[in-house]
Amino acid sequence: MKKLSARRRHPLAAVVVLLLALAATGGLYAAFAPAGKAQADETSQSLGITEGQKLYSVGCASCHGTGGQGSSDGPSLVGVGAAAVDFQVGTGRMPAQQPGAQIPRKKVIYTQAEIDQLAAYIASLGAGPAIPTKNQVSPEGADIAKGGELFRTNCAQCHNFTGKGGALTHGKYAPSLEGVDPKHIYEAMQTGPQNMPSFPDTTLTEKNKQDIIAYLDAVNGDDTESPGGLELGGLGPVSEGLFGWIFGLGTLVAVAVWVAARTAKAKKS
Amino acid sequence: MSSQDIPEENVPAERASDDHAGHGHGPVAVADEQNPFADPGLPPHEHRIQDIDERAAKRSERLVAMLFVLSMVATVGFIASYVAIPNDKSVYIFPLGHISALNFALGMCLGVALFSIGAGAVHWARTLMSDVEIADERHPIEASPEVKAKVLADFKDGAKESALGRRKLIRNTMFGALALFPLSGVVLLRDLGPLPGTKLRHTLWSKGKLLVNMNTNEPLRPSDVAVGSLTFVKPEGLEEHDEDFQKEIAKAALMIIRLQPEDIKDKQELEWSYQGIVAYSKICTHVGCPISLYEQQTHHALCPCHQSTFDLSDGARVIFGPAGHALPQLQIGVNAEGYLEALSDFKEPVGPAFWERG
Repeated sequence: MKKLSARRRHPLAAVVVLLLALAATGGLYAAFAPAGKAQADETSQSLGITEGQKLYSVGCASCHGTGGQGSSDGPSLVGVGAAAVDFQVGTGRMPAQQPGAQIPRKKVIYTQAEIDQLAAYIASLGAGPAIPTKNQVSPEGADIAKGGELFRTNCAQCHNFTGKGGALTHGKYAPSLEGVDPKHIYEAMQTGPQNMPSFPDTTLTEKNKQDIIAYLDAVNGDDTESPGGLELGGLGPVSEGLFGWIFGLGTLVAVAVWVAARTAKAKKS
Repeated sequence: MSSQDIPEENVPAERASDDHAGHGHGPVAVADEQNPFADPGLPPHEHRIQDIDERAAKRSERLVAMLFVLSMVATVGFIASYVAIPNDKSVYIFPLGHISALNFALGMCLGVALFSIGAGAVHWARTLMSDVEIADERHPIEASPEVKAKVLADFKDGAKESALGRRKLIRNTMFGALALFPLSGVVLLRDLGPLPGTKLRHTLWSKGKLLVNMNTNEPLRPSDVAVGSLTFVKPEGLEEHDEDFQKEIAKAALMIIRLQPEDIKDKQELEWSYQGIVAYSKICTHVGCPISLYEQQTHHALCPCHQSTFDLSDGARVIFGPAGHALPQLQIGVNAEGYLEALSDFKEPVGPAFWERG
C-alpha cells in the first residue's frame, strides 16, 4: 500500500485511474446492456451488424453520431455503403487521429473481420455500394491500354500519369497509388473518399474500373520495370528538368573549372 | 588617329620583335612618377614540361591518342550493344536500380565516346599546342585620306559612266523593280490567315445535343450522375476517330458534376443546371489547360498549370490564380427520352481570352 500511495502523485496516475474507470464502466455496460437485444435474430449477418454496431459505438460514434447521422466533427454515414467503410477503415484513414486538411493513410488498427462487421452495420443504415468481390478487382484479363486512356481522362489530373499523386489546395493532396490494394482503389473510385469525386458504376462501369486497376498494376505495380532507371519520383518534366540543370550542368561547370584551375606550366606558381 | 600619334612608351609590342618567341615578350615599360599608367606588357613566358622534355611530350601525345582510341572503342561498343542487346533485358545497376540494359549500354557508350573526344582535345591543346601569349594591337579603323579620296573619285566616275542621271527611264524602272520585289514576301504573310471569324465563339454544342459520357460512349441520364461524382462528356456525334476530334473537343470538353441544389449559390448557375447537375467548360480561361482537379467537398476545381481555382458552386467564380474570368457554363436539360441534353451553345467563348473577346 505504501508503494501505491507513493506513486499517486505521478503525472500518469490520473490517466491510469481514468482508464481503469472507463474500462470498468464499458465492461459492465457490455456485460449487461445489449444482452437482451441480441436474442431477437441469430443469423450470422445480423450478428455481424450487432458486432459492428458495438465497434461503431466505441470507435466511430464520437464524430459520426450514435446512429451514423453525422455531427459537426464527421459526415453522416447513412447510405455511404460497405465499400466506403472497407476503404476508410481498411486503409487506416479511419478512425482519424486528428482533424486537418486531409486524413492520411496510416496503420490499420482493426482486423478484416472487424472491418466487415463495421461495414455490415453501416450498410444496414442505408443502401450504398457493397465491397467488391475478388473477381471484380482482379487485373486479370482487363484491357491495360483502355485502362490507361480512362486513367488519363479521369484520374491523372490529380494522381499524376502513373499514380504518383500530387498537390491540391490548402494542404490537401491526391495520395500516391503505389502499393494500394486493388480492392481499395476500386472502392475509392466508387465512393469518392474525402475530396476525391466519386466515379459510380453508372458513369465508370465495373469493366472500366477493372481496366484502370490493370493499368495501375502495369505502370505502378510491385514488379513494374523502369527502363529509364532513376525515376526521380516519377513526377514528370519539372523534377527531371531540375535534376538536369543542377546535376547535369553542375557537373559540366565543375569539370570546366577543374580544367581551367590547373596550370600546365612546368613551374607551378 | 594614326599610329604616329600614339606616345612612344605605349607601343611595346613592336619593340619586342627581337625576342626569340617573337610575340610580345621582352623589356616592358615600368610605371614611374612621370608615367603612372605605363603598359606593363605581358609577363615572361614560362615553359611546360612538354616544351622542355621531349619524353613528356611523347607521353602527352600517347595519352591524347589513347583518349581518341577509347572514343572509337565506345562508338563501336554503341553499335555492338544496339545490335546485341535485346530491348526488354533488365539489369540491376547501383544506384540507378533496375534499368533497361540496352538504354544503359547505349547511354554509357555514347557518353564515353563524346567525353573522350572532348577530353583528348582539351589535353592536346593544353600540353602540346603552342601556348605562347600573343598581343594583337588595335589599329585605327579609319582609311587614310588618299584611299578615301580615291574611293569617292571612283564612285563619281562610276555614276557618270552608268549615265543614270541622263537615262531617266532606266533609273526609274530600276527603282520600281527594287521597290516592288519585297512585296512578294509580304504577300506570303497572307497565309497566316484567314482570321478565325466566329470560330472562337462557337463550339459543337447546340440545342438538343446529348451529353455523351467519354468513358462509356453512352448518353447520360440524370440518375447516372451521383452527388459528388465527376464525369467528362463530349457532344453527341463527335467520335474519337473523327479527323477533327482534337480540334473540336479542345473547345467542347465539358465536366459534369452534381451538387445538392441548395448548395448552389449563383442564381444563373441554378437556372442552367438540372436537379443540381451542372456542366462547366473544362478549358481554363487563363491559357486553356484542361481543368479537372475537382474537390468534391469544397466544390473547387483547380487548374494544374497555374493553380487558378474556380468555385463550381458559385458560378465557377475565380477564387485564386491568374484566370481572368469564370468558367463558361453550359445550360442543360432533359429530353423526352430522359437523357441529358444541351439547351444551347455556350453563351460566351470558352477558354482563354483573345483580343476581340470583349
